[in-house]
Amino acid sequence: MIRKLFAAVAMTALMTGASWAADDKPAVAYDLGGRNDKSFNEGAFMGAEKFKADTGIAFKDFEIQNDGQREQALRKFAEAGFSPIVAVGYSYEQALKKVAAEFPNTHFAIIDMVVEAPNVASIVFKEQEGSYLVGVLAALASKTDKVGFVGGMDIPLIRRFACGYVGGVKATKSGAEVFQNMTGTTGEAWSDPAKGGELAKSQFDRGADVVYHAAGGTGIGVLQAAADAGKLGIGVDSNQNGLHPGKVLTSMLKRVDVATYNVFKAGQDGAFKPGVTVLGLAEGGVGWALDDNNKALITPEMKAAVDKAEADIKAGTVKVHDYMSDSACPY
Amino acid sequence: MSGPSRELPRWVDIGLIPFVNLSAAFLVTGLVFLAIGESPVDSVIIMLNGAFGYGTGLGYTLFYTTNFIFTGLAFAVAFHAGLFNIGAEGQAYLGGLGVALVCLSLGFLPMVIIIPLAIIAAALFGAAWAFIPAYLQAKRGSHVVITTIMFNFIASALMIYLLVNVLSPKGSMNPETRTFDPNAHLPLIHDVLAGLGMAVARSPLNLSFIWALVCAVAVWLLLWHTTLGYQLRVLGANPSAAAYAGMKPQRLIVIAMMISGGLAGFLALNEIMGASNRLLLQFTAGYGFVGIAVALMGRSHPFGIVLSALLFGALYQGGADLSFEKPTITRDMIVVVQGLIILFAGALEHMFRPQIARFFASSWFKAKEA
Repeated sequence: MIRKLFAAVAMTALMTGASWAADDKPAVAYDLGGRNDKSFNEGAFMGAEKFKADTGIAFKDFEIQNDGQREQALRKFAEAGFSPIVAVGYSYEQALKKVAAEFPNTHFAIIDMVVEAPNVASIVFKEQEGSYLVGVLAALASKTDKVGFVGGMDIPLIRRFACGYVGGVKATKSGAEVFQNMTGTTGEAWSDPAKGGELAKSQFDRGADVVYHAAGGTGIGVLQAAADAGKLGIGVDSNQNGLHPGKVLTSMLKRVDVATYNVFKAGQDGAFKPGVTVLGLAEGGVGWALDDNNKALITPEMKAAVDKAEADIKAGTVKVHDYMSDSACPY
Repeated sequence: MSGPSRELPRWVDIGLIPFVNLSAAFLVTGLVFLAIGESPVDSVIIMLNGAFGYGTGLGYTLFYTTNFIFTGLAFAVAFHAGLFNIGAEGQAYLGGLGVALVCLSLGFLPMVIIIPLAIIAAALFGAAWAFIPAYLQAKRGSHVVITTIMFNFIASALMIYLLVNVLSPKGSMNPETRTFDPNAHLPLIHDVLAGLGMAVARSPLNLSFIWALVCAVAVWLLLWHTTLGYQLRVLGANPSAAAYAGMKPQRLIVIAMMISGGLAGFLALNEIMGASNRLLLQFTAGYGFVGIAVALMGRSHPFGIVLSALLFGALYQGGADLSFEKPTITRDMIVVVQGLIILFAGALEHMFRPQIARFFASSWFKAKEA
């Protein structure tokens, strides 16, 4: 009886396995933040979902529980014949280096990090450009001429966000003050909304009335605190305007969804391209969000100013400093 | 505290009661799976297959098992001496620092020299971290439960400081050290077996698994076949009697805690030297705490600990496979399953004991025996 049962289940397992066995089997491995972090990882999920809706091709995804599972997840996907496999987040660097070398015929992509291998596409963003634009908006929306920034983990990548933001603020109002706080120095700094809220409140106490976060799940607390205090928050990565309609000035879009979608699409078309892709304003990789939730907050003057800044950056007449190029911020 | 009631037959105490507890945990787990619309039978089969059904899966199961053997033994040694060491997490974390310092600075030495050095460093650093709470307990009466858990936080803060400011290479996004030189990698089992002409699937299972089994035997010898072990057990059973018999409780407390901390430090051999080959933040990932449940379930006996470590290893690996196969079973569901087993096997360990004891004391059973 038990053997029969086992055989039956094994059969169904094989059959469900068979439905994956199409030529194109894309997969996503998320970072510790998880699929539904309303921010960075969720961007990858949205891109994958859009791909599924457009093409009808199913994808598989996995949320790791600990660092040891990074390698395991990538290897499992590769062994099961998935390709392309998108690793979301710079922390996959070491794991991907190993696994990509073991499976030279599988295509991988990594977001926010450069891994040099003949079968890996690395996708990095010019977060400083998008942050510059929301800095312009923040400066114009502020009545106190004081704005805030709450970062997640204190790493060069997040300083790049901060630096671009300060650049945008100062270019708009040279006398404006920017308060900066980082939530922490470990991975937990990405998922501590209570502390994010406290940091935002302390910035409000010092006079800030607009606060921009680049802090993953921690930022949920930042936006909540802004909404509670009647101030304005600025979202990041995904469009977070809808979290507190009318209380979120805008969101700095980092199109992880577009990046994921493009990798999947290239996989489907057999046009996978290894190497580094840098997505900035000009490539549509970063931007700012304008929708029904925040259109009342964006005045025509603000819109004009940010459009001009965007055009200048695209044309190259304004160059936004990249913190990671020299570990310094000139603004 | 740990003494089983006398009237129960031995096989009931070490076999039946854990089995009943586990069954209850799986029953509740099954109900949870039904509630989210997944077939429990299906899920169990995926988990079993994921944990034991193929080479890589089995490798990962034994890899996790290694962690749990170390932390389970660590808890058990202190527990026999009547000490509740919940600081294995911090002690293992510091053990990682010891291993990493050896591997980073002496990576040029041949492997046969580095491995013993790393083992010593892991034990020393882990023991040193356990020493302070032990000393405070022995001399000042500060309870180890409080001090060891506080030392976990201190360990965490210390390691964050070191990894962020001192040990991570410049310009690196991740707070972690560089990868160790190849000499300082603990050989992986699949590489060792490949050298002997046997092909097995790749997994992070490494030689520290053998070391874990050696440690289990050593702890068994220590506790039941040496004077020191006897003294530790007397101290745990009755401190006043130990003092009256001329033993030195203060000294024994420090020794028990340092052995415990040293064993916890070995976790780093598996995780740092065996698997990741670099020191990273939070590599202990809660193994120190799960070790408490492992030891309680294994009745603080090395043999039982190896078995319950295998169970938890299988849960970790099988659980990962389950959430891989079934999108509705998220990683949080796996934590729920683990939590239920810890709840039934650890916290509610005595829930079914009175009924079982009553059953075996009943006239029906006695009549049958006669």
